[in-house]
Amino acid sequence: MHSYGYRANGVLSLSLTILALLCTVASLSGGILNLPPPSAQVEVVNINWFQKHRSGNDEVSLTLNISANLESLFTWNTKQIFVFLAAEYETPKNSLNQVSIWDGIIPSIEQAKFRINTINKYRLADQGNNLRGREFNLTLHWHVMPRTGKMFADKIVMTGYRMPHEYV
Amino acid sequence: MSEENFLREKENTIMDWQGQKLAEQLMQTLLLAFAVVAFVAGYSLGSFQMMLLIYAGGVALTTLITVPNWPFFNRHPLKWLDSSEVDRHPKPQPVKSKKKPTKQK
Repeated sequence: MHSYGYRANGVLSLSLTILALLCTVASLSGGILNLPPPSAQVEVVNINWFQKHRSGNDEVSLTLNISANLESLFTWNTKQIFVFLAAEYETPKNSLNQVSIWDGIIPSIEQAKFRINTINKYRLADQGNNLRGREFNLTLHWHVMPRTGKMFADKIVMTGYRMPHEYV
Repeated sequence: MSEENFLREKENTIMDWQGQKLAEQLMQTLLLAFAVVAFVAGYSLGSFQMMLLIYAGGVALTTLITVPNWPFFNRHPLKWLDSSEVDRHPKPQPVKSKKKPTKQK
């Protein structure tokens, strides 16, 4: 501590150690607000078209009404939330097929309660022609990205959707 | 430069012992205090950025207070003996040993 250099070094190293400590404590701290747990509803408004490609693969185009409330996932340490909607179904070949059909980034709590009307952003195509009359789930997955700390993911599974029996 | 002048010079640029202790304690206390204030403020306002800003301000202030050699760190200057003391108390000379160390095999 006798010279400028030693004192500056002392301030630097202790301040960075404490900064790391602050970030650790911040990553362990939860939210203050008492908000309802995440909820989501997805409504298939319309089957725009449903066809079998020349390659033999089924593809469908949907119009969806997606509404969700993810406000409770936001704390002071949340940077953003990545959210995507996946169509999940079972075929004889694969026990789980997951097709991401819509996604979005929620940058703030003000936008965490949303309702949008959209056609599927990414193509919903099967590896084969297994979609006719197929029962499927729509699952809203989310990945919470904190400013400091561990990322975590969760989902809401919505069941009871069914593809049309004939190509349209 | 004589030894005396050199020491005088040193005294002007180097903090005294008490000052060094004070500087270190001040640094630790200030940084910790600012960290606590920053966390409480950031958490209660729900703003991570506010926490970082307050802490950065605290670090800047701590640097300003404890890094420069302020006069209040030098209230306990070392009292060096006058050089005339050297003549009055001559350095004890090492006693010459007659025996030469013999190598042993």
